[in-house]
Amino acid sequence: MQLTDLIIKLVLVLVIFAISLVVAMYSTYAERKVAAFLQDRVGPNRAGPFGILQPLADGAKMFMKEEIIPTRASGFLFVVGPSLAIMTACIGSAVIPWGPQMQIGSRIIDLQVTDINVGILYIFGVVSLGVYGIMIGGWASNNKYSLLGAIRAASQSISYEISMGLSIIALLMLTGTLSLKEIAEQQHGLHWNVWYQPLGFLIFMICAFAETNRSPFDLPECETELVGGYHTEYSSMKLGFYLFAEYINMFVSSAVMATLYWGGYNYPGMDWVAAHVGPTIAPIVGVIVLFAKIFAFIFFFMWVRWTIPRFRYDQLMHLGWKKLIPLAIANIVLTGVIATLIKHFA
Amino acid sequence: MSIFYFIAFLSILFSLLVIFAKNPVHSVLYLIITFFTFTIHYILLNAQFLAIVNFIVYMGAILVLFLFVMMMLNLNKDAEPTKSIYVKMIGVIGGGSLLVTLVAALKGLAKSQPVVLQNVNLGSVQNLGKVLFSEFLLPFEVSSILLLSAMVGAVLLATRDNKPKVTV
Repeated sequence: MQLTDLIIKLVLVLVIFAISLVVAMYSTYAERKVAAFLQDRVGPNRAGPFGILQPLADGAKMFMKEEIIPTRASGFLFVVGPSLAIMTACIGSAVIPWGPQMQIGSRIIDLQVTDINVGILYIFGVVSLGVYGIMIGGWASNNKYSLLGAIRAASQSISYEISMGLSIIALLMLTGTLSLKEIAEQQHGLHWNVWYQPLGFLIFMICAFAETNRSPFDLPECETELVGGYHTEYSSMKLGFYLFAEYINMFVSSAVMATLYWGGYNYPGMDWVAAHVGPTIAPIVGVIVLFAKIFAFIFFFMWVRWTIPRFRYDQLMHLGWKKLIPLAIANIVLTGVIATLIKHFA
Repeated sequence: MSIFYFIAFLSILFSLLVIFAKNPVHSVLYLIITFFTFTIHYILLNAQFLAIVNFIVYMGAILVLFLFVMMMLNLNKDAEPTKSIYVKMIGVIGGGSLLVTLVAALKGLAKSQPVVLQNVNLGSVQNLGKVLFSEFLLPFEVSSILLLSAMVGAVLLATRDNKPKVTV
């Protein structure tokens, strides 16, 4: 009994890990295809049909490249940087509920690695830890451009964490729990949180863009000013780790957004489906729905990247501190007032 | 219990490394690991909320700022002022007195009781919130005012400029 539970969890961990890596891998391909589509080009189409093997070719190239560690870099930290970046990217997915409980035979399986009762805060912590990878790597390179990139990453991440936390508080006032599993269960059918928290979702999404260092907030690697930003000195798979971490972060933050605001694995008519296909297949449909939402978000990330130009640094700070934080606080007050009024009169 | 001793050993080891590291940036990195071991201590005490808040606030925000400042300052051996022997001696005496005081204070507390968990959910968010907003409401609110005044003071210091005011 105990051992089978352990094995199931282990399998789940491995499957989620593999899925994150595959999604991240094919996000690089999707990004280039989306860019090509938006710019009226063809995009990668040489490796395999429709260029479908392009990520593998890129990966092989990354591994084959010469590995360079600058002589004046601090060697150990230079390796720690990218390792930390990819590690923090991968551990975020541990608390996301991928689907409702699945029943196989008489066994009930949670499609979630662990349900800690401070799930949201855990993700928040992992996100705030992610910046260390960039900072350590940028500092260890011993290069002015890298250092500037690292410092930008730090201040950007701290600034946007505040409004992110404030936007989550408004959500928590409605859900009354920090557990992602319970939040997902509360959004049964079409009771998605985004209908009740549209402003909160908007703020959260903008902050998610900033936290994942995606355009229009990709100032830490702003190539027009900083050559390559924090990864200027990196080559080979260490550079690959940094780039990969960004795509995994994108995947995880899409999953978090889908779970917190867009109903997670819930979809209208899920009871009808559950009644017709049984408790084994229905959760799989839920997982597919969740992944459809995640891919929609990833597409949105890319769409924005190839549409909106990069912010200037002072504009970024202005938006974070003077626009988003007051908006998020107003959102908390509004949510509190309206929730109390509804409770009082209804 | 053996986990506790192992983590406590790590805490002490990394806090010593914070002091002994030659490079200030390495020092801050050791401090981050020290705070991480504190997070593990909180989890061992079943205080999940405290653990995660320590993780987010100390490791995720305050130490990022520390690291930020250290990287900006770019401290190294040449820039560091050499302290005179008197300052060093005063430091040793001050530190020693603090150590004696701390040991005496800890000894005055009688023997420390091993942690006995009366309630497994003692440190959960729900229970902590209920206690904070009923039993400890006044201290909680007072400390929030303290933080607010600190914030206002910081803003005041930062925005004070000696230029004459320009009326628009």
